[in-house]
Amino acid sequence: MSAAHEWSYETDGPVVRPYAMVRGRTRNEGYWFDLVAFVVAAVDSLDLRLGIQPEHRAILRICQVPCPVGEVASRMNLPVGVVRVLLGDLHTAQAIHVREPTCRTGRPSIRVIREVLDGLREL
Amino acid sequence: MSSTPRPGAPAAPGDLLPEAAKILVAGGFGAGKSTLVSAISEIVPFHTEEVLTRSSMGVDDLAGVEGKGTTTVALDFGRITIHNRLALFLFGTPGQGRFSFMWDELAAGALCAIVLADTRRLSDCFPAVDYFERRGLPFVVAVNCFEGARSYPPDTVRRALTLQPEVPVMLCDARLRTSVKDVLVKAVDHVLLLETERSAHA
Repeated sequence: MSAAHEWSYETDGPVVRPYAMVRGRTRNEGYWFDLVAFVVAAVDSLDLRLGIQPEHRAILRICQVPCPVGEVASRMNLPVGVVRVLLGDLHTAQAIHVREPTCRTGRPSIRVIREVLDGLREL
Repeated sequence: MSSTPRPGAPAAPGDLLPEAAKILVAGGFGAGKSTLVSAISEIVPFHTEEVLTRSSMGVDDLAGVEGKGTTTVALDFGRITIHNRLALFLFGTPGQGRFSFMWDELAAGALCAIVLADTRRLSDCFPAVDYFERRGLPFVVAVNCFEGARSYPPDTVRRALTLQPEVPVMLCDARLRTSVKDVLVKAVDHVLLLETERSAHA
């Protein structure tokens, strides 16, 4: 763990170990939540129900605008694996929409390659 | 667990979200990966950590991490908006061979890779070159020209890395946006050429 995760009064870093936060779960049902998958909140807030943690609410706040999974993890200061489990919970609760990359395993389409090239040239 | 639907706003289906494309930036420690990502990213690059467990490391790959159950791997993560429906992500990835398992996830569906080379420690980018060759992911080699480092012509670097003739090799300054842009354009142009050829022969 990085220094940011060490006990300190100056930072509000987690006192709870990250995987304890998700009760030892390392995977979720359904989506993979690729680092570049976009996530957006489908709801404004979550009902007060058992199982909702502050982290779920924090993620939902970040995702009020579309945000890639890697960025969510970075802003939450949590490992991606933990964030994937939390996102899985939110998806089960129908609180988020997800768009996984279209070409997770294959090659990107020529259309995407051309569009990226045009976009880069215009930078 | 339940949720309160947002009033008035019909839930946007996931496929209205932007599409994502990604390019990997690999190279040895200190080759300038973070600098390159920062130079072109429209956001302050993110830094995300992945927990690496014993089971995800090869049994031979524990050198230096003995006695540790887990360790973390940091990624630099930059973004370029191509248009409102397409975003390009850049990933600066750890270059050490023992982290190469992570490249599998990052390389899946990636457009291409940029191998950033430092001529003072050229052998540091061997693992990246080997990996992308084996995986068949198109890549270019960008030689980061550090101040005070002796510069070598691209062909010398090509020979030293025993690259295939079609792999583009270019000099760059990872601190300069225009230089990084040139590298990215060259890399994606190279991919377009390869993919166009591939589909012509299919």
